Amino acid sequence: MTDHSTTLIDLTPFTADHCLKCNICTSACPVAPVTPLFPGPKTVGPQAQRLRLPGEPSPDHSIDYCSGCGICTQVCPHGVRVMEINTQAKAVMTQTHGMSPRNWFLSRNELWGRLGTPFAPLANFGVGNRWLRLIVEKTFKVSARGPLPGWAGYTFRGWWKREIKRRPRPQSAPDAQRVVYFHGCSTNTYEPHIGKLAVAVLEHIGLHVEIPPQTCCGLPAQSNGDFKAARRYARTNIESLVEYARRGIPIVGTSASCITAIKGDYQHVLGLDDEDALLVAANTYDFMEFLARLDHEGRLPRDFQPIEAELPYHAPCQLKAHGMGRPALDVLDLIPGLRCWEIDADCCGIAGTYGYKAEKREIAEAVGRPIAEQVSAAGARLVVCDTETCRWQITSLTGAKTVHPVELVALAYGLTVDRYTPPLRAGTAAHAAVGGL
Amino acid sequence: MTTTSVDVLIIGGGATGAAALYDLARRGVRALLVDQLDFTTGTSGRYHGLLHSGGRYAGRDLETARECIVENRVLRRIVPFAVEDTGGLFVATPADPADFPARWLDGCAKAGIPAEPLSAAQARAAEPALTHDITAVYRVPDGSVDSFDMIHGFVAAARDLGGDAWIYQQVTALLREGDAVVGATLRDTRSGEARTVHAACVLNATGPWAGAVAQLAGLNVSVKFDRGAMIAMNTRWVNTIVNRLRPAADGDILVPVGTVCVLGTTSVHTSAPDDYRVEAWEVSKILAEADVVVPGIRNGRALRAWAGVRPLYEPPQAGHDEAQGREVARTFSVLDHAVLDGVRGLVTVTGGKLTTCRLMAEKAADAVCAQLGISAPCSTADEALPIPAATAGRYHRLDHRLHKLEHGEMPGDLICECEMITRPQLEAAIAAYGGQPVALDDLRRDLRLGMGPCQAGFCGVRAAGILQAVRGQASAEATAALGAFVDERFRGVRPLLWGHQLRQLYLDELIYRRTLGLDRLPDEGVSQATTAAPGEEAAHG
Repeated sequence: MTDHSTTLIDLTPFTADHCLKCNICTSACPVAPVTPLFPGPKTVGPQAQRLRLPGEPSPDHSIDYCSGCGICTQVCPHGVRVMEINTQAKAVMTQTHGMSPRNWFLSRNELWGRLGTPFAPLANFGVGNRWLRLIVEKTFKVSARGPLPGWAGYTFRGWWKREIKRRPRPQSAPDAQRVVYFHGCSTNTYEPHIGKLAVAVLEHIGLHVEIPPQTCCGLPAQSNGDFKAARRYARTNIESLVEYARRGIPIVGTSASCITAIKGDYQHVLGLDDEDALLVAANTYDFMEFLARLDHEGRLPRDFQPIEAELPYHAPCQLKAHGMGRPALDVLDLIPGLRCWEIDADCCGIAGTYGYKAEKREIAEAVGRPIAEQVSAAGARLVVCDTETCRWQITSLTGAKTVHPVELVALAYGLTVDRYTPPLRAGTAAHAAVGGL
Repeated sequence: MTTTSVDVLIIGGGATGAAALYDLARRGVRALLVDQLDFTTGTSGRYHGLLHSGGRYAGRDLETARECIVENRVLRRIVPFAVEDTGGLFVATPADPADFPARWLDGCAKAGIPAEPLSAAQARAAEPALTHDITAVYRVPDGSVDSFDMIHGFVAAARDLGGDAWIYQQVTALLREGDAVVGATLRDTRSGEARTVHAACVLNATGPWAGAVAQLAGLNVSVKFDRGAMIAMNTRWVNTIVNRLRPAADGDILVPVGTVCVLGTTSVHTSAPDDYRVEAWEVSKILAEADVVVPGIRNGRALRAWAGVRPLYEPPQAGHDEAQGREVARTFSVLDHAVLDGVRGLVTVTGGKLTTCRLMAEKAADAVCAQLGISAPCSTADEALPIPAATAGRYHRLDHRLHKLEHGEMPGDLICECEMITRPQLEAAIAAYGGQPVALDDLRRDLRLGMGPCQAGFCGVRAAGILQAVRGQASAEATAALGAFVDERFRGVRPLLWGHQLRQLYLDELIYRRTLGLDRLPDEGVSQATTAAPGEEAAHG
């Protein structure tokens, strides 16, 4: 049964109809002020949208410099989905002109994350070697200064397989006490400790954790205009997750950007608006959002040990796109002694794969400069942030170490995992921990 | 008073007059075209943009239907830069009479209009905005035509061949010598300068004003005025022309043209050639009818409403009951007053459709040439016109400006953001007027300045500043020019003040009244057209 009540006016491109040209999006755009190459979200978004002809080759060029951070969509007072319009236009551009090998490569970090794992020492030498990076920059246009994380040498999924063999979990939990963990590619191959800590925290809360098969959320492919690949990834995830969503089991993830893709982009950018996709979207939560929700329901244990520290927090653009406030700050505020303050800046500049592109690296660094300045002014040596590429970017801009908020929650619960050194010590009253290691 | 002599004086700078200027120039006849305002300011500029396949008339007026399909093909050939090949659909819904499609198909076959049946699914695949309730749908070779570009094309091509055209020239009298019209006196409505033009023949191509002009020679031409309202939607809901497949009625067409989608139209008998009122019921009716074939469109953003006056003419000898509005045939008439009234030197052409303008011009020019004893035949039907400089590289396609802008072919500041007009384009358009006065509204017709969603809210003040700098205008003059432009834009939005367009207008008002204080700036009596209070405007629509 098709729902005939939806009209074109409900679809992303038609939200351009609401634009009053007020320029609020252009004033808020972090990219436009730092480069003349990007005329701003209004210009390439709702304004250009009126002059795009469906089914025709892309007339666009400058839209390639849109980082896709989505701040424009958040600030629009009239409901124009500016970033989504831009991303769709980028896809037409990719269709028209084809995809560069570099962009294809950046769109498939799921693949090279897995391929690099068995060769981690060699691969890590490669990404750490300045000369090799310069050669890659010259040949593939991947910036030598783009912060690459390094492979962990094992995968989170592999660890989980071994872990449940070693310590089988009882299977009797009712659905109300189950939770699905969406780890994302980065946690799987570069930062497995975040997944391990997330599992530890969820189990400490008393939930039965399920980690069904999953693949890349599709966001890197989507940002690079490869909608075919993005939809393929999205469909794989939806098919794997929908049975849990049907049972009302929440799906939570520690990468705010993967989660924003599942929650919003699948529908508004990729146009996947079938029942399954919408059901999965409605049952998916950012990890810290989920903890804040549990706390609201009185289900979050408050057995936190104090952490005496004052830490800057950066809310990634993708997290702001959830439209849910700052749940990480709400939860971290429950930890005695811990004082987190939000950095007054919109975007760190990396915007997924954007800041890795040689021609955009300078822009990405200029966008992130206010963060670097505030971190430096505060003398902070540790920064809290919910998504991986933002963390790596902040480290590269500031030299400070970065953590996911789940690391602090685990620390406060006294939880740790193997092959992991906590960034701080909990339970001490010493002020030595302020802002640093 | 200056005096000029030409072979033929054409009165009326609409589609027919411009095509006649071109036609006569090709026959080697020295012609001059004059218009009381700018080109395309009458019926030709106040239509929905449809290049008829003839399908609209297949049910009732086979002669017009045949003319349309033939001329449709001719215009695609000769003014391709002004035509967008959108194709057209005729869509029947359960609300429409079930026996109509068969009759209509029969008419199409008789008129030679190809009508290809589609399945509802095929139609919806091509145009996802269409309703799910389709009982029959056919594809026809409709198109859209930008009358501004086409008329500029005719005029430019005629000028290349020795013709000329003057705008803002009001005809104050037709010169009579015995039983012959031998020219006209003109008054420049901008400078007040008077001129005399001697001509061996005058062609009255003034559409709804044909009666008024004939009256200047003491002749009676009875033109009926039929007003039709149209609404431009902000975006192209459809990229194919969508017609209701039913007997002609109000609100039965959607035309994607340029950046907008025009919904039309009504048919109201009126008593003046410039009755451009848009009444509330017309707006509601058009939106409600469009919503039947494109559900949701009535909640979309309506940009502007306007009305045009169709000149309908029925030869007096027809002898049957007075027909009105849609019952009057949409074919055209060429009146040779030498034959009809014994007055030589005057030919009137009226009625017809924009789609048949070239044919109307051909028949009118034939009558003119017969009077002048010129035997050169019409040769306008085959050869493509050169692309006029004003529209050079501005092929009539939605994405063209964006492509040029994005690929560095339109350098300079972006002045009108909605329609993508740059400072150099604006300066060139101003320069094209030489020493003649130029209003912002003239630049609008040349460039589409201020015709987008914000209706000059953002570009008006920028363009006024550039005009002032280029022309060295005094502040009061620039204030008056801006005031007149903003008022004219507001007039077209007035019938649509709800929802998104109301928000837009409120923002525009804040910019012009609160920030710039336009209504409090002294214009020192430069023009009375500025910043009229809403109450005053309502009186003349």
